[in-house]
Amino acid sequence: MRFDLQIIASLIREKSRVLDLGCGKGDLLEFLQKSKQIEGYGIEINEEKVILGIARGLSIIHGDIDGETQDYADGYFDYVILSQTLQQVYKLEMVIKEILRIGRKCIVSFPCFNHIAIKFQLLFKSKAPLTRELPYEWYDTPNIRVITLKDFREFCTKHQIKILKELAISTHYKATSGKSVKFFPDWFAKYGVFLLAGQSETPSGHGI
Amino acid sequence: MSEYGEHDKNGLSVGIVEKKFFTFAEPPNKMIMESGARLGPITLAYETYGSLNEDKSNVVMVLHALSGNSHVAGYYSEDDEKPGWWDNTVGPGKGIDTNRYFVICSNIIGSCYGSTGPSSKNPQTGKPYALDFPLFTISDIVRAQKKVLDHLGITKLLCLIGGSIGGMQALEWAVSYPHMVQSVIPIASTCKRSALSIGLSEAQRQAIMADPNWNSGNYYDQDYPKKGLALARMIGHITYLSETSMHNKFGRRLKENTAFSYDLSIDFEVENYLHYQGNKFVERFDANSYLYITKASDYFDLGEQKGGGSLVKAFSGIPAKFLVISFSSDWLYPTAQSREMVKAMKKSGLDVSFCEIETDFGHDSFLLAHEQLTKLISGFLNRIYS
Repeated sequence: MRFDLQIIASLIREKSRVLDLGCGKGDLLEFLQKSKQIEGYGIEINEEKVILGIARGLSIIHGDIDGETQDYADGYFDYVILSQTLQQVYKLEMVIKEILRIGRKCIVSFPCFNHIAIKFQLLFKSKAPLTRELPYEWYDTPNIRVITLKDFREFCTKHQIKILKELAISTHYKATSGKSVKFFPDWFAKYGVFLLAGQSETPSGHGI
Repeated sequence: MSEYGEHDKNGLSVGIVEKKFFTFAEPPNKMIMESGARLGPITLAYETYGSLNEDKSNVVMVLHALSGNSHVAGYYSEDDEKPGWWDNTVGPGKGIDTNRYFVICSNIIGSCYGSTGPSSKNPQTGKPYALDFPLFTISDIVRAQKKVLDHLGITKLLCLIGGSIGGMQALEWAVSYPHMVQSVIPIASTCKRSALSIGLSEAQRQAIMADPNWNSGNYYDQDYPKKGLALARMIGHITYLSETSMHNKFGRRLKENTAFSYDLSIDFEVENYLHYQGNKFVERFDANSYLYITKASDYFDLGEQKGGGSLVKAFSGIPAKFLVISFSSDWLYPTAQSREMVKAMKKSGLDVSFCEIETDFGHDSFLLAHEQLTKLISGFLNRIYS
């Protein structure tokens, strides 16, 4: 199991109801079903992945994240996961607002654009950075936004979103092991994982 | 639908099967139809494949569409030219694996493949019912099917699966008998037919009724309304295809000549094909059954009939798990209608999966051998069964 998914799993309580947005063929959902006995659901846009996921016995809806989250009741899920998808979401504020509405807690993870290797590429090569976490050329990348840990923290502050936990991870893409970054995480983290309090867990509400 | 029946490439088949019959609603205990009319006795033809396990927990019920029948898979005899209409999906090692599951399909009430319908003899007159046969609904079809299951001692359905009007029955089942149904797979179906779809349905009925041989439904001892029924089938057949599939199959190819005939005979290959389909259909289907079954599907509106106008309410509290499947090129029951169904199921808190399969083959895609469809069905069934 990918290390970042293991980290996400460590944040999830047993037997909870989980929605994974952009779930792919359901690796995380299957892992969570086996290790945490969750009631899992997924949303995925890619037909081939949807079929693989349903065929392995998962509940997956074929559709886009923007549209498919709207049908669920407030606080319906114990956790909503947005793993490695944030950088590709078009209507970001709307999606964050929706997941905080339908999830009692939300887990958001994304590749950091502030890693030191990226800084060096920009600084010395004067080229758009290419790393294992961000492997695309500037002209074919699906990543429409660049995010750093600090950016996301500020976004949460601005919208009064309560961060329950923040983890900075230094690991290679698709690696099965890795470590948390304690030293200067804003520079050395390749991934950030945030556990956020959903609207129903935030009595005063938030500003989105 | 049997247009697609082909022998299995790997020779996998349920083998020789037998059509069985069950009769109920003997007078005076006639069945009260949704319209208030009474009908009885009623016979339904049905077939089963595979073996029922000890605790009767492996039952998969297949629901057929407009022109289908109980003959889902296998052959009636050694020299049968074609297998059942869904032989590519039902059989040993197939999407619905008859080595694991006990599969049932009954010919719907009002059809003409062994079940009581307008062409059946009315015991009161000794003549075919014709238009004395009461109009029926999807709910009536399902209530009659339930009698067959009662007769077989089956109280639990592992899965209900059907395409098109078969999907409507599957949905109706889940809502009407929620305690019996573990899972449902509606394919290329809808919770209510659109105005476009009802309009096309009525055009097909009018084609039949405009044929003088239809004779207000009384044609059983005289000339059959062949032209009308063939025309209805031609219209219907177009609605089951897509622009792309028709373009790929026929384009503007001419039938045999290299030039136009400059008369009103058949010039294009597509015309020729539709005439062929229409004429072939006339040999196997009853014109009045066509009128009645299309009408039943037009009446179907699950939200209105079972949820007082709310589909969410109709679905609420149903324990069954759903797998909804649509096809990108289906314009008769388009993906948007499946999405509407899924939306209501989500709002009702149901466990629902959904997949739109990208294909050019239109509404009829559900009848074709399709690797993706098979993967979805077998994986989903496996999850429910284990």
